[in-house]
Amino acid sequence: MRTDTLLEQLCKINAIAGFEASASNEIKEIFGRYCDKVWVDTFYNVIGYKKGSSKNGKKIMITAHYDQIGLIVTGYEKNGFLRVSNLGGVDTKALLAREVTVHGKKDVFGVIGAKPPHLLSGDEMKKNVKLTDLFIDTGLPDEELKETVAVGDPVSINSQFVRMVNGCAAGRNLDNRCGVAACVLALEKLKNIEHENDVYVIATVQEEAGLIGAISSSYNIEPDIAVVIDVCHGDMPEADKASTFTLGKGVPVGVGPAFNKNVTQQLLKLADQEGIPTQLCVEAGDPGTEAWAIQVSGMGIAVVEVCIPLRYMHTGAELVNLEDVDTAAALVSKFAAGRTVRLSKEDADDTDTD
Amino acid sequence: MIELVRELADAYGPSGREDEIRGVIRKKISGKVDELYTDTLGNLIAVKKGNGKRIMLAAHMDEIGVVATYIEENGFIRFSNIGGVSPVFSLGQRVRFANGVCGCVCYEEKLKEPKDLNFSKMFIDIGTNSRERTMEYVSPGDIAVFEAGTIEQNGRYISKALDDRIGCAVLIELIGQLKEVKNEIAFVFTVQEEVGLRGAGTAAYAIKPDLAVAVDVTNTGDTPGCNPLSIELGKGAAVMIKDGRTISHPLVKNKLIDLAKRFDIQYQLEVIEKGGNDAGSIHTTAGGIPSGGVSIPCRYMHSPCEMVDAGDVNNVVKLLKAFIQSED
Amino acid sequence: MIRTLIELTKIDGVSGDEEQVRKYIEERVEKYGLEHMTDTIGNLIVRAGENSGNLKVMLAAHMDEVGLIINHITDDGKLKFAAVGGFDTRILTGQHVRIGDSKIPGVIGYKSIHLQEKKERESAVKQKDLYIDIGAKDREDAEKYIKLGDFAAFSSEPVFFGKNRLKAKALDDRAGCAVLLELVKEKWPFELYACFTVQEEVGLRGATVAAKRVAPDIAVVIEGTTCADVPEVSGHEISTEIGKGPALTFIDRTAIADSILLRHFESTAKKESIPFQWKQTVSGGNDAGKIQVSGSGVRVIAVSVPCRYIHSPVSVLDIYDLENTKELVKKALLTLPLVFDGRQKND
Repeated sequence: MRTDTLLEQLCKINAIAGFEASASNEIKEIFGRYCDKVWVDTFYNVIGYKKGSSKNGKKIMITAHYDQIGLIVTGYEKNGFLRVSNLGGVDTKALLAREVTVHGKKDVFGVIGAKPPHLLSGDEMKKNVKLTDLFIDTGLPDEELKETVAVGDPVSINSQFVRMVNGCAAGRNLDNRCGVAACVLALEKLKNIEHENDVYVIATVQEEAGLIGAISSSYNIEPDIAVVIDVCHGDMPEADKASTFTLGKGVPVGVGPAFNKNVTQQLLKLADQEGIPTQLCVEAGDPGTEAWAIQVSGMGIAVVEVCIPLRYMHTGAELVNLEDVDTAAALVSKFAAGRTVRLSKEDADDTDTD
Repeated sequence: MIELVRELADAYGPSGREDEIRGVIRKKISGKVDELYTDTLGNLIAVKKGNGKRIMLAAHMDEIGVVATYIEENGFIRFSNIGGVSPVFSLGQRVRFANGVCGCVCYEEKLKEPKDLNFSKMFIDIGTNSRERTMEYVSPGDIAVFEAGTIEQNGRYISKALDDRIGCAVLIELIGQLKEVKNEIAFVFTVQEEVGLRGAGTAAYAIKPDLAVAVDVTNTGDTPGCNPLSIELGKGAAVMIKDGRTISHPLVKNKLIDLAKRFDIQYQLEVIEKGGNDAGSIHTTAGGIPSGGVSIPCRYMHSPCEMVDAGDVNNVVKLLKAFIQSED
Repeated sequence: MIRTLIELTKIDGVSGDEEQVRKYIEERVEKYGLEHMTDTIGNLIVRAGENSGNLKVMLAAHMDEVGLIINHITDDGKLKFAAVGGFDTRILTGQHVRIGDSKIPGVIGYKSIHLQEKKERESAVKQKDLYIDIGAKDREDAEKYIKLGDFAAFSSEPVFFGKNRLKAKALDDRAGCAVLLELVKEKWPFELYACFTVQEEVGLRGATVAAKRVAPDIAVVIEGTTCADVPEVSGHEISTEIGKGPALTFIDRTAIADSILLRHFESTAKKESIPFQWKQTVSGGNDAGKIQVSGSGVRVIAVSVPCRYIHSPVSVLDIYDLENTKELVKKALLTLPLVFDGRQKND
């Protein structure tokens, strides 16, 4: 499947953190094309399973969260306005003058405005807006609004998926539909090659708000190895070079206390052997991804992380290079399919040829 | 109800030292449930056996307090907080230690700016003149709770620790009202919620319920100059959509809203940005437990004059009763 | 025990990179003939004591220390880093570090005072402005010696000084590890698991997992804790005092100690004439925080060796505090079965 078409389809889906139920079926349908079994669990994680060919294979779990940040209705103001709070880490800088969809009994179009510039003082103009200062203008009469939209209804931020030059694409939800796309592409590849390991590919929920998806899926599946696919910060002017990664220059792989050193080394070696360029993404502690929750699930799980560089994260103008999605998928599928990966020195089999 | 509320709210039970309040609750429900026991951290677990689903209701027994950290040479007691204690709300309040000794919370007068008020500039005076004399009553590590009486007025209850003794009252009331249960219900009076939702998760781990509902208080947005919040006193049981730690599971949330509509129980919807209740640690326990919350609207949380509406409390009881007796 | 502690502090083991520390401890434990295993995250769990008894006790001390991780190499060969674990980054200027498995020496320099403007001289250095210099010409040169993700530990040699004082890096928590290595040698009348945990400094990570595996009834955490008993810090702001014995924590940010355990340790200390003190501040946290809320709950207590200048290359302890910490834990544990009757439900 073409990466851009796949990603476009995925980005259209609305799966706001905590409200993924309605989207889970569509993800299930996509996964279902490439798996032996697919199911949706109690928390709406979508789990795809492909059986491995070897009895001695490991259980490998690949996760990419499919929830997106959004807003939630907290109250009404006269004349068709709604007050909101956040679901996940929303940057208010990127909310002014945006179009949104309020998911009530039916979808309601809205606009986020704020006090007009003419009425703002010099000081006010210099400060960032707080979420409590923002309103959604629905243009509906109050009666009808209260009938259609309830407190607690989720709101998604509208933004088109746009193909850019140089193989790039921009829009909303690229965090983390890129990861989900990489999962789908990896599954597609795995369908056509023999793999020793049992592979679980999971589109998880609520990464943006509490990691319950990662916690429940890793507890229930108990994999030997977990591979997390998430976005990381792409290169941007003025941003700290240590925390940003160049688009199109290789797959950033997580390095640091959160990731299993041994398995990460194997992943990097494999990438090298297969001619897949990598970059090192160093994290001193909590990487801010599902890896942190998965690492301490149960008696502990060996986690590695593969990233896709993305600029302007959590704005409606996220930007990626599609090649990075492909490379991530290639690396993950080769890793999952490869000869039995070793967890420790004691685990080595006799057929090691390195 | 007011007598029950008074007995519960007045009891001593700061986080980590819940023995007294647990004893009070125990006496009230002993003989009315099939199983009653205390677990390792001190959670009190009362089970009414039944078929169907296993449902856990959690209300925390602990209250916020202050812990003595250092006794000055002239007898004054330095302290720090147990849970979310506001220096401003504590100033001028009376506190009581486990052994009944009372003290006044004061501050260093030389302090210029109110914004510089913090615990290291405050102290408790129990009226002694020396460290030796103070140590006869209070040692470092001893915890005091705020002192206030419980009043009923205008259909409202006013007291300290309604967070979450009112939740405990709701659970006790439910236990009293239920003869037969359709599902298996674990009524859990949890510990250490105020210091990080610590007891609930461990209780849930052992109980392994199918569903869980936290019964706690929640803030209102109906007082002068307050931050906007859609919850109001007297407008019904608050069904939690989300708080700072949990996005309620649709199974629980939708069921509660459905039942409220079906049985014509007054309810409102709760969306909170910060702060969490026991659902926060329950829902991430083991492989995840679908959880939600039913809250009692409460003004002036974490002050010695918390205020709830008796009608809201009744509606919470009604809603929870419908929930735990529902067979689908 | 002091000799063991000195050797332990000489080893580098920043959170996430504890192999060498674990190796040393493992060799010792094998010599004592004790069963042990290493789990996925890297905790070393040692089985001591009998199989009988109604009690399962877990002891925990963490092997990791705070340090740095290299996260960027500049074009001119300087190394940018992030702090691993929490510490006052103002201590970094002028420090010596050693990087990676090959222990490449580096320094964290700063513009000489002669060249600083007045405002600069008076303000604290921002961590993001600092870098490590290993003497490399440029990026290519630097990459011959180190790579991204390498850990850097403080270079600090153990020194005895003053009266009974030891200065070394990583006393938090090699002190605890040294105590644990002594305690595993004893004969315990119950199941005892000594857990040398990893990654405590970045979030009590190892303990989270070890506690689930061991599933103890009771856990005693042996730590290094802050003193703050220096000039200009007054009475109630002092956390613990050096030389006044092991500190018992009633409450910190991550755990409230079990009251029965607190009373037991306090009365043991009094009975056995072991000096002890209460930790007076309620800040900080340790492995007890995660152990307490694991599974269906665990009774916990933390006993700590007071350390001045904790989380710096010049942490200091009193060797008698170390000795007394070991004595207190040992005596309290030996009488534990009298206080706890096992795993049955209470009431």
